[in-house]
Amino acid sequence: MVRFLLNTTPLTVSTENANQTVLHFLREQRRLTGTKEGCASGDCGACTVVVAELNPSHTGLHYRTINSCIALMSSLHGKQLITVEHLAEAQQLHPVQQALVDHHASQCGFCTPGFVMSIFALYQRHQPVNRSEVEHALSGNLCRCTGYRPIIDATMAVCQQPVEDKFNRMAATTIATLTAMQANTSDDNQSTGLLMPTSREALAACIAQHPEALLVAGSTDLSLEITQQLRQFKTLISISQLAELHSVECDDDYLTLGAACTLSDIKEVLLDAFAPLTELFERFASLPVRNQATLGGNLANASPIGDMAPVMLALEADFIADDGQQTYTLPARTFFTGYRQTSLPAGAWLSKIRIPRLTTADRLAAYKVSKRFEDDISAVCAVFKLRLDSQGKITRATTGFGGVAATPASAIALEQNLVGMALNAPATLVRGKQILATSFAPIDDVRASADYRNQLVVNLWHRFFVEQQPSTNRISTRVQYHA
Amino acid sequence: MRKLSEQQQAATSASPLAKPAAHESASRQVAGSARYVDDMPVPADTCYGAVGQSRCAAGRIRNIDLAAVRAAPGVIDVITAEDVPGHVDIAPVFDGDPVLAQHNIKFFGQPVFAVLAHTVEEARYAATLGNIEVEPTPALLSIAAARELDAKVRPSHQMQQGDYAAVYAEAPIKLEGQLKVGGQEHMYLEGQISLALPEEDGRMMIYTSSQHPSEVQKLVAEVLGVGLHKVTVDMRRMGGGFGGKETQAAQWACLAALLAQRNGCAVKFRLARSQDMQVTGKRHPFENSYAVGIADSGKILATHVTVSGDCGHSADLSDAIVDRAMFHVDNGYYLGASRVTGHRFQTHYVSHTAYRGFGGPQGMIMAEAMMDNIARATGQDPLTVRKLNLYGPDTGDTTPYGMQVEDNLLPEIIARLEDSADYWARRKTITAFNQTSPIIKKGLALTPVKFGISFTAKYLNQAGALVHIYTDGTVQVNHGGTEMGQGLHTKIAQIAAHEFGIGLDQIEVTATRTDKVPNTSPTAASSGTDLNGKAVQNACQIIRQRLIDFYATSLQLPATDAQFSQGQVSLGEHSIGFTELVQQAYLARVSLSSTGFYKTPKIYYDRASASGRPFFYFAYGAAVSEVTLDILTGEHKTTRVDILHDVGTSINPAIDTGQIEGAFIQGMGWLTTEELRWGDDGRLTSNNMATYKIPAIGDTPAIFNVDLLYRPNAQDSIYHSKAVGEPPFMLGISVWCALKDALSSLSGYTQDPQLDTPATPERVLKAVLAAQDAGL
Repeated sequence: MVRFLLNTTPLTVSTENANQTVLHFLREQRRLTGTKEGCASGDCGACTVVVAELNPSHTGLHYRTINSCIALMSSLHGKQLITVEHLAEAQQLHPVQQALVDHHASQCGFCTPGFVMSIFALYQRHQPVNRSEVEHALSGNLCRCTGYRPIIDATMAVCQQPVEDKFNRMAATTIATLTAMQANTSDDNQSTGLLMPTSREALAACIAQHPEALLVAGSTDLSLEITQQLRQFKTLISISQLAELHSVECDDDYLTLGAACTLSDIKEVLLDAFAPLTELFERFASLPVRNQATLGGNLANASPIGDMAPVMLALEADFIADDGQQTYTLPARTFFTGYRQTSLPAGAWLSKIRIPRLTTADRLAAYKVSKRFEDDISAVCAVFKLRLDSQGKITRATTGFGGVAATPASAIALEQNLVGMALNAPATLVRGKQILATSFAPIDDVRASADYRNQLVVNLWHRFFVEQQPSTNRISTRVQYHA
Repeated sequence: MRKLSEQQQAATSASPLAKPAAHESASRQVAGSARYVDDMPVPADTCYGAVGQSRCAAGRIRNIDLAAVRAAPGVIDVITAEDVPGHVDIAPVFDGDPVLAQHNIKFFGQPVFAVLAHTVEEARYAATLGNIEVEPTPALLSIAAARELDAKVRPSHQMQQGDYAAVYAEAPIKLEGQLKVGGQEHMYLEGQISLALPEEDGRMMIYTSSQHPSEVQKLVAEVLGVGLHKVTVDMRRMGGGFGGKETQAAQWACLAALLAQRNGCAVKFRLARSQDMQVTGKRHPFENSYAVGIADSGKILATHVTVSGDCGHSADLSDAIVDRAMFHVDNGYYLGASRVTGHRFQTHYVSHTAYRGFGGPQGMIMAEAMMDNIARATGQDPLTVRKLNLYGPDTGDTTPYGMQVEDNLLPEIIARLEDSADYWARRKTITAFNQTSPIIKKGLALTPVKFGISFTAKYLNQAGALVHIYTDGTVQVNHGGTEMGQGLHTKIAQIAAHEFGIGLDQIEVTATRTDKVPNTSPTAASSGTDLNGKAVQNACQIIRQRLIDFYATSLQLPATDAQFSQGQVSLGEHSIGFTELVQQAYLARVSLSSTGFYKTPKIYYDRASASGRPFFYFAYGAAVSEVTLDILTGEHKTTRVDILHDVGTSINPAIDTGQIEGAFIQGMGWLTTEELRWGDDGRLTSNNMATYKIPAIGDTPAIFNVDLLYRPNAQDSIYHSKAVGEPPFMLGISVWCALKDALSSLSGYTQDPQLDTPATPERVLKAVLAAQDAGL
C-alpha cells in the first residue's frame, strides 16, 4: 500500500501490481490526462509531475520534479503528488502557466504540461533565478517546436517576482496531512507486488522470502525493463522506505552517504566537498532523474556508462554493504567485477558510500563528453585525481573512466607511471598520453566509435594537464557555458 | 417566433490582424486540458492494437506462425495482410507501402501482423510472440550499394540551363566536392496514434493525429473496401508533426479501422516511442556532389550538382522530395551554366518521407558547401563570395529550372544583417582570438535562405473552407488545414475576425473534419495559411457580401464601400452592430453559411523540359551564427545567432517569430547532435530519446536575436504575408558553416574542411585530426 495526497485528495493505493508507473496510474486509473507520455523512458519530460515532500523537521515542503513515466508508486509514499490540472485556481491560471501563455511559449503543447511542472517546482523556491539555473531546472524537458527561447524568457520573468499561491496558503494543511499520513504505520499484509520494508530486518526478511526479486530504489533504470522491454515483475523490493539508507554524515575525513539518497539529496554536501565534480554532476541525466535516481542505484547497477562510478574509483571510495546480519566494506576499486556485475555478497544490499575527503595537496577533475550537453549519456567520462608533494611532484594518482570497457575502469598503468613525475613538466603530458593511448579497448556503439573513445581518453588527459598549469599561462580549454 | 440568442458583445477593439495574438490553445495547453487523441474519453468496449515486426531487413516471407500470439493473455484478434478486405497498398502516390508486409520484407522492423487485445500492454506483449519465417535476400543498406545495382524507387531527373560542359571546361578555376548529409527523426513529442469507432451501416469514425485527414479517409475506405463517404476523419490537434504525420499517420488509422470493423469495437492504436522511431520514415539521408567552375574573382560560371537521396524501400513522397532538393541546390545564388541531377535510390530501410523543408535543406546545403570552398580557394571571406554570387543584375536571375527570381530580398537582408550582427568587426576579433587560443577555436558564418513556396505537385495547391455565422453573432470556421502547433488556427481566426470586423473571442476554429471540408491537401509545404487563409477569406467575403446586399437593400442604398470594423458594419453614414445585422439577415432568410475555395495562381512546371514556375514566390532570410569549438574533444557550442527573416506582412509576429526560432533550432539539431544510426543488419540503433539527441534547452544560444523583415509580399498572398513553416529551418546551415569556419582556422583559412553531417563532436574531432594531419 502507498498512502499519498493526489493533489488534495488523500489516497491509499494497492501496490499488488509492482509494475504500475505513476503515469499509468494518473492517465489510466484517474483519467488525469494532462500529464503526457512522450517516451516512457524518462528522456523527454512530457510526463513531469511535482512531488511535495516534508522536510526533515516537518516544517516545510520540498517541491521536486520527477518523471512519472519511470516512477513506481513507491515514490509517492507519504508525499503530495501535484499534477498540471491542479495548478490553476478557480479558472485563474497559475502565474507559471500565465507566463508561458504571455511569452508564446507553447506551440504544439504536448511538452507544455511537463514544462509547467518543472517551472512550478523552480518557482516554489521563491528566489530569483539566472539563466543557468533555468537551464538546469528544465534540462529534462524537451520541446521540439519552440527552440526554447520563449520558455526561458517566461521562466526568468515569472521567477523574478514570485507571489504567494494556493500551495503556499495551503502549506500548513498539507504538512499536517502528510505528517499524519506518515504517522500511520498500519502494516499491510501484502506478500507480492511492490514491497516496501521499513527496517533492515524487514528488508532482509523480504529478500529471504523472495530471493529472486530485484531491489529497487529510484527505479529510473529498472522501470525501462517494464516500459521498454515489456517485462512484468511479480515482486519488487523497494528500499526507499529505510530511513538509515537516507543518512548523510560528514566528518573531517569522510563523507558517508546513504545508498538510497537521491543524487539531488547529496548535491550540496558532495559538491561542497568536491567542487570539481560540479559540471559532471549537473550533466548527470536531468534534474527530474536526479530527483529520483539514487547514488547507490547508480553504483550497484554497475553500468559501464554510469557517471558516479568513475568518480568513486578516482576518489577511492568504500561501499558499505549490509545483509541484515552484518556489514561488509567493499572498496570501489574492486567492486566492479564484470559487465553489470559486482562484488556485492548474495542477499546483501548497498547501504552506504564512504568517500575520503580531498586534502589541499589533491588535484581533481571530472570530464564528460557526449553528443549533447544536457541529459545525455557519456561517450567517455574521465576522472583524474592527483596528490602532489610540496615540489609539485605526483605522489599518488587515481583515475576512473566510463564508456571505455565492460565495467567502470581505472587506468592502472597511468596511475603507476605518474608517481614521481612533475605535474608541470611537458614529459608528464606526453607520458600520460602514450600510456592512455593503449590503456583501454572500448567498443563501437550508437554513442561513439572505439577510435573516438580512445582519442578522448588521451585528449582529456591533455585537457587536465593544461588546466593544472599555473594560472599565469592558463589557456582556454572549454567551450563557453552560459553565464 | 422562436427566441434568438442573446447578442454577444461584439468586440470594439481594432482588427486582430498583424498583432501577436496568443496561440488559440495556449491557455488549455498550459492547464493540461488541451485534448490530444490519447486523452479523449473512449467507449467502454475500446480495445487496443499493436504491430508485430520483422526481425530482418530483406527477404521473402515463408510462414507467419501466430499461434503464440493468439494464445497470449487478453488477445482478441490477430490479422495479417491476407485479412485485409480492400487494398493492401496504402502508398500515397506510387505503389509500394503495404499496410502489413505482404510476401516480402522490405526493412528491419516492418509491421507484419497486428494484434488486438483488451489492454495496450497485452497487445504490445502479444505482438512480440509472432514467429515470422523469412528466407533472407541481400539487403541494400547504403546509397553506394543501391547505386551499384541501380536500385531506384523512381527514375532520375535532370535540370539544365545553358551549356554546362562547355563553360566548365573553360573555367579558370575548377572545384569539386562531395558531402554526406544525414537524415533526421521527426521526434514529434506526441507519437503516432489513431482511434477508430465503428458506426452503423459500415461507417467508420476516425480520430487521428495526422497532417492529412483526407488521405487518411481515403486509405481507410480503401483498406476496408468501402466508399469514402462511409469514413469520417476528425483531427483537432497534433502534438507536433514536422512532416512526420503527412503520410506516416495513415497506417495506424487503417489498422485501427480494420480491427474495429472486424471486431465491432472501438480500437485505439498508439505506437510506443521506440517502435514509432523504427516504423516511420525520416528525413532522407543524401550523398551529394558538385563540380563548380569559377572566375578568379570567385564568381560562378558553371555548376553541376548531383543529389542522391536514400529513399528507403518505397517511393512514398520521394519523387517530389528529391525534386525539391534539386530546386534548392542554387539557394540564393546564380549558378551560371548549370546542370542539376537527382537520383532516388532504393534501400532496405524504412521509407523516408516528408520532413520540414522536404528535401530543400539537403539540396541547399550544397550551395553553401560550394560557397565555402570557393572562399577558401580564392582566399576571400565566405560572406564576400556569397554576396558576389547572389541572384541579381551582376550575375543572372534565372534558376536552373528556368524560373525568374523576382523581388529578390537577399541583398537587402544580408546588408542589414551584416550590419546589425556586426559581422566584420566580429570576424576580426575571432581571427585574432584563434591565433592565440590553441585549444578553443571560434567560427562565424552568415548564410542566406531562398525557399520556394508552393506544392510542386500543382493540384495540391487548392484549399476549401466552411464558415458559419450563428444567430448570436459568433462564428465557426472550418478549413482543410490541420493544427500541429504552428499556429494555423490562430492565424485563421485572425483572418475571419478581420474580415467580419469582430473580436477573436467570437471566432471558434473547429477540428479539421473530412465531412465539413472535403478533398483537402495535406498541411505541408508551409502552405497552411497561404491556402486555407485565402479559402477562409473567400468564404467570409461571400457571407459579407450577402450581409452588405441585405443591409443596402434595407437602407435602399447602393452596396458599395461597406466596412466591417470594431463590431460594426457601416455603409455610408449608416452603421449597425454586427450581431444585430446578422439577426436581421437571418430573419430575412439570408444564408449565414458559406464554403470558400482557393487555388494558387501562376504556377506550373513542365517536368519533360524541367522548366517552369513551380513556386508562387520565394521566402527569404539569413542568419549569422557564431560557434566555439574544442579541438581536443570536438565539442562545440553555438553562442550567438542573429536572424533576419522575411515573412511578408506578418499576420501574427509572435507566431512567426516562434516558427523561425523553433525551425532554426531544429535545423541546427539536424546538422549537429541528431545522428541516425543503423546496425549492419539494417536495424535502427538510435531508436529512442536516450540515443537520438534533439536539441535541449542549453543548446539555445545565449544571444539569439530574431527580427522579422516587414516587406509586403509582392505576390497576392493572404494580406501579402509569407509562408514561414519551413524556410527558417535552413537558417541552421549557418551553424554548420560556422563550424567549418572554425575548423578552417586550423589551416589559416586556406583549407575547406570536409565535415559530413550531423557534425557530432566525434565528426568534428575527425575533421580536426584531418586538418592537423594536413598541416604536418
